[in-house]
Amino acid sequence: MKIALLSALNAERAKRSAAVLVTDLDSGEQRLVKAGQLRKDPLADALHEQLRLGKSGTVEEQGRQYFITVQSPPVRILVIGAVHISQALAPMAKLLDFDVAIVDPRTAFASPERFAKVALHAVWPDAYLEQNPLDRYSALVALTHDPKIDDVALSAALKAKCFYIGALGSKRTHAKRVERLKAAGFSEAEIARIAAPIGLDIGASSPAEIALATLAQLTAALRKTDAMPAKAKVAAAR
Amino acid sequence: MVASECDILAKAEEWAKENRGVALATVIETWGSAPRPVGSHLIIDENGSFLGSVSGGCVEGEVVTEAMDVIETGKSKMLEFGVADESAWRVGLSCGGRIKVYVEKLD
Repeated sequence: MKIALLSALNAERAKRSAAVLVTDLDSGEQRLVKAGQLRKDPLADALHEQLRLGKSGTVEEQGRQYFITVQSPPVRILVIGAVHISQALAPMAKLLDFDVAIVDPRTAFASPERFAKVALHAVWPDAYLEQNPLDRYSALVALTHDPKIDDVALSAALKAKCFYIGALGSKRTHAKRVERLKAAGFSEAEIARIAAPIGLDIGASSPAEIALATLAQLTAALRKTDAMPAKAKVAAAR
Repeated sequence: MVASECDILAKAEEWAKENRGVALATVIETWGSAPRPVGSHLIIDENGSFLGSVSGGCVEGEVVTEAMDVIETGKSKMLEFGVADESAWRVGLSCGGRIKVYVEKLD
């Protein structure tokens, strides 16, 4: 591979843009296709499919074999709420190789003593999001169940089509949340993308167990195309 | 921690820019219970230093040896590993899977 090509691939990653590297396995010829240029490529359909799955793989076209290296941006998790669950979730997410940031404007919660070695921001979510916008490769985990803090971030996550959106709260809390989001103009299908109550149903009760259930659900949304029906619809509509 | 495939590619670029001879090994295909998924990378320099993995450590030694040859000749190679027969055990995958690895030089 040409070093210039590798540099270009790495530069796309630094920008959090998806890209694919196509290698002709017979001739060794290679080309970089950026996400925005997929349509013009002779292998457009195959590249789209591999990128949608987020998986590298070999495709055959007219008797030639091509290897498609898929580079999706690294997954980020934005956690709203420096709460007890977040204290367990942050180190678990790190083990899973996800970037984690915790945002909570309540300084009593967002204290460095409670969160060692985590990107912790004691600011309002809208201020944080202005500097660090969400995208399709981001997940939002809303844990304060305080509308003043959670709602702004949930709206932003729905608009950015985050691959996973989860919100803590009882069925009653969520019903009220749904009403507020409807009033804000979101459709039922969009709101259905929010996993609430949050996490896989494993009977989780302690904060760490809820963190585990949440990260398991988030991982399923990332890896399984059928884990979240609404996600598949979003992908198909693209 | 240098863990994700993309971090490894960033490292490869860094190595190449230090004028080290570098080869990139990529898992192209897997059959059965292969330990690392398609797209996994291993990078190797001319001295045999390496980073990343293409198997759970089963065939890295062999890939590193082949990669040093690729760095010298500049010619890409396709390697296959698996438990085809008893003699393949030496560098085979103990898990019973098979993998195909593409090794190319960065130039």
